Amino acid sequence: MANTSPSQMTLYRAKVARNRATSEPAWIKYSLISLALLFLSLFLFVPLVAVFTEALRKGLDTYVTALSDPDAFSAIKLTLVAALISVPLNLVFGIAASWAIAKFEFKGKNILITLIDLPFAVSPVVAGLIYVLIFGLQGWFGSWLSDHNIKVIFAIPGIVLATVFVTFPFVARELIPLMQAQGKEEEEAGLVLGASGWQILWRITLPNVKWGLLYGVILTNARAMGEFGAVSVVSGHIRGMTNTMPLHVEILYNEYNYAAAFAVASLLAFLALVTLALKSFVEWQSARVPTQIEDIS
Amino acid sequence: MAQKKNVLPGFNLSLGYTILYLSLIVLIPLSAAFIRASSLSLDEFWHIVTAPRVMASYRLTFGASLIGALINAFFGLLTAWVLVRYSFPGKKIIDAFVDLPFALPTAVAGIALTAIYSQNGWIGSFLEPHGIKVAFTPLGVVIALTFIGLPFVVRTVQPVLEDLETETEEAAASLGAGRLTTFSRIIFPSIWPALITGFALSFARAIGEYGSVIFIAGNMPMVSEITPLIIITKLEQYDYAGATAVAVVMLLISFFLLLLINGLQWFTNRRNQEFR
Repeated sequence: MANTSPSQMTLYRAKVARNRATSEPAWIKYSLISLALLFLSLFLFVPLVAVFTEALRKGLDTYVTALSDPDAFSAIKLTLVAALISVPLNLVFGIAASWAIAKFEFKGKNILITLIDLPFAVSPVVAGLIYVLIFGLQGWFGSWLSDHNIKVIFAIPGIVLATVFVTFPFVARELIPLMQAQGKEEEEAGLVLGASGWQILWRITLPNVKWGLLYGVILTNARAMGEFGAVSVVSGHIRGMTNTMPLHVEILYNEYNYAAAFAVASLLAFLALVTLALKSFVEWQSARVPTQIEDIS
Repeated sequence: MAQKKNVLPGFNLSLGYTILYLSLIVLIPLSAAFIRASSLSLDEFWHIVTAPRVMASYRLTFGASLIGALINAFFGLLTAWVLVRYSFPGKKIIDAFVDLPFALPTAVAGIALTAIYSQNGWIGSFLEPHGIKVAFTPLGVVIALTFIGLPFVVRTVQPVLEDLETETEEAAASLGAGRLTTFSRIIFPSIWPALITGFALSFARAIGEYGSVIFIAGNMPMVSEITPLIIITKLEQYDYAGATAVAVVMLLISFFLLLLINGLQWFTNRRNQEFR
């Protein structure tokens, strides 16, 4: 500070004054930070740590046994199947919906956007119930399905349908605002240069929204693998047959087999951590990309 | 502005597919609930949805959701403020962790919270000597619903706080306003629409929640039984008409909340545009 010039000193004073004007005294600042961290630790960190400690409470052997159980294995498999079907279905829908909504003007667009949001507003239990009303034994197609020996409810198709319903809006919701913000000049330029509609989609539109797309897929996948309420209604809880991982956790827990329940739960918690990490990575990437473009131009 | 003819291809295909898929997965199945409920007479319907046990479940579901959303409004605003305005070690990780309730399956959250708050759990064993029981009481429902709604307020308020210009705050300070006055007169008026939206989202999510609640609630009829559980119970007793009637009540409330939230978001966006 010895050789600070007077102008630097004035700048410094101005900065201090501005900080004082737009910030709080240190003691308030640190109490607010502590209070927020206390709240977040109580509600986020403690439950997360509890999953892993409860899972390992009876030792690593019990943990490994619980996960290598055939019922646990078939639950993992069914969860993957449900996610592998519902993610691509909702991905294709999300691209189609955002193309129609972001690139064209038509009447009733706002109503359509609200309708796409509907599955978020519906309770998961109600989501399961509506499929029982249609495909269940007493439902609309119930007698036809049982005549043809097709099982939807208390079988895998019902679980997939319920999963598709609860994860329906995720990709569309990410893509619509993103595509709206990007406009359609690039697509029109592609068209003038002779590209076909599919070429425009593959070479221009999708590369432009790839991070939003990936973000939507991550959210869809996380929800698909973790869904409980909707799947619970349509599954019938048949062990080794129609149990997903979350349902298997419930069964083990209700049998007071806590160590095994938390062991399967720890896999799902690990999946949640991977989801959060991927999400942060995508957010970081998509925040980085626009600045790069600005640098070039 | 002259209407420019849109030359891009694929409108009919993409809109047609969107409407077909939306109808098959969402609209037709949802209409099944209303059609099924319409086979009941109005008296029967009213009798089912106002039965004492169902009424008690509404009180618990709405009461606990409201308390949970209020807790989230307060601590969500605090968290958003701390994350935007201050810097401290580990901030980025904590910011990412706020989304944990979105990523963690609800059943996992349910058993974890139950383990912590039961009488020999980490937190439950501290509260037990003071006569506070959390697990298997309505208080447990509030805890679970606070957990699952936690990210909404943070994520709606955070971007608005980030966009806030500090010039107005400097001007307020130069005119002699203290920080508290600046907050209540300058900052709060620009963030309250986002705060209300986050609160409504958190509340709407809590109303329909099932997975995280059933483990910690204890599920005693008239005391700690939530409305989605009533639907499940009726289904398990093959009372499809009863389950559907209660589901229709929940659906109508969800639709109302969805419209309210969309209206709020539209209002917030318009306000923000006016400011710019």
